[in-house]
Amino acid sequence: MSALVPNELLRVESLAKTFTLHLHDGALLSVVHGVSFSVMAGECVVLGGPSGVGKSSILKMVSGNYLAGEGRILVADGERVVDVARAAPREILDLRRRVVGSVSQFLRVIPRVAALDIVAAAAQEAGLDREGSRARAAALLARLRLPEALWRLPPATFSGGEQQRVNVARGFAGAHRLLVLDEPTASLDADNREAVIELIAERKAEGAGFLAIFHDEDVRARVADRIVDVSRFSDREAA
Amino acid sequence: MTAPLLSVRGLCKRYGAIDACRDISFALEEGEALAIVGESGSGKTTLLNLVAGALQADSGEVVYRMRDGAARALSSLSEAERRALMRTDWGFVHQDASRGLRMNVSAGGNIGERLMAIGDRHYGRIRAAALDWLARVEIAAQRVDDPPSTYSGGMRQRLQIARNLVTGPRLVFMDEPTGGLDVSVQARLLDLLRGLIADMGLAAIIVTHDLAVARLLSHRMLVMKQGEVIESGLTDRVLDDPQAPYTQLLVSSVLAA
Repeated sequence: MSALVPNELLRVESLAKTFTLHLHDGALLSVVHGVSFSVMAGECVVLGGPSGVGKSSILKMVSGNYLAGEGRILVADGERVVDVARAAPREILDLRRRVVGSVSQFLRVIPRVAALDIVAAAAQEAGLDREGSRARAAALLARLRLPEALWRLPPATFSGGEQQRVNVARGFAGAHRLLVLDEPTASLDADNREAVIELIAERKAEGAGFLAIFHDEDVRARVADRIVDVSRFSDREAA
Repeated sequence: MTAPLLSVRGLCKRYGAIDACRDISFALEEGEALAIVGESGSGKTTLLNLVAGALQADSGEVVYRMRDGAARALSSLSEAERRALMRTDWGFVHQDASRGLRMNVSAGGNIGERLMAIGDRHYGRIRAAALDWLARVEIAAQRVDDPPSTYSGGMRQRLQIARNLVTGPRLVFMDEPTGGLDVSVQARLLDLLRGLIADMGLAAIIVTHDLAVARLLSHRMLVMKQGEVIESGLTDRVLDDPQAPYTQLLVSSVLAA
């Protein structure tokens, strides 16, 4: 197994994904194949290409949410290298707590849990103590300009943009070295997009690496160090 | 490396010609929540009862790492040792609260009984623990002397949880813990369980046919069909990218609210 080079946080090698749709006569839906790229410390790599080309599927494989078909997903964990494509569930959970953070397109709300508690729980999972976690959560929600009156409420009744800010705060609450972002700014207004761009820039300066999808051209131009065009790995005709 | 908290190896159970459980193996670590899902008759409750020692397996074994660190096969424990384990280090939350509670004994008595069973005789301390646990499961202190027969379904279930957790167990078995409750009551119970599992670092095995319950409470999942585990893995992976035909059917059959 080839080791990662210094400062390499993620290396995806010959990754492929095909869905087998057993409820539709076992139809095979090939998504991507031969996906290879790296993410270095301090770098933001943005996946490009039209809708339906497999960008989200790649992110989901990297965070262990989708099963990788073929290939390897090597993640640096200090001196260790973990292949997410083959890791046991327990190892993936451990990686998610400490190493690979993510922000999905939508917040999955949990009944009765307050916005501040959702974000603080993520900070605590990543190793902060109880007090520190709450302070960090409050600081992030303030930066993302979520009205303080909402902090103690469960986000189920929040607007899409408000929920998404809780989601972003949760993703940034830990000290993950690799962050996987799936359109984190899609439902945000200009000022809030700005706040997210700043958060990304700060974490890059601290040495974190990003793998992201942004449809917003402006955001992409400002945060992307490199764009990987997924069309060349896709088996699908562009939509 | 220490042994897992619980190891299940090759468990089999037949009822006549039917394989209720066929060659089932898995391991559980401390603090890990495992959901067992599948439809009625898939063998999930049988598996839970086999692992918890409430049913005798035809073959296979269950090994548990005791508090002193020794890994012991359950079949090697004396009846007294097994009962002691059930009363202290394990909990069992039944779907039907009347199976897990004494319905005509006060709520405080229900909680205190587990403490007395492990030798606590100090009335004031037992009473204080009972009140503390009632508060943790959101039952008003003034209901401490009422028997659960006067409680609502949701309150009974929360009392059952308090009774199980008062001894600080490391492993809790749950059989459809939210089954039969109103949706609003379910949400409260789920949130409570989620918090308790995380705060106490509990390991849990949760049998449920409700995939939303599995997603909320568990780290890992086993999917059962006709007595066999047909898919297992990280809970969100199994639900979002199911591989087995039956798992795809289960996931796609859920109505999104």
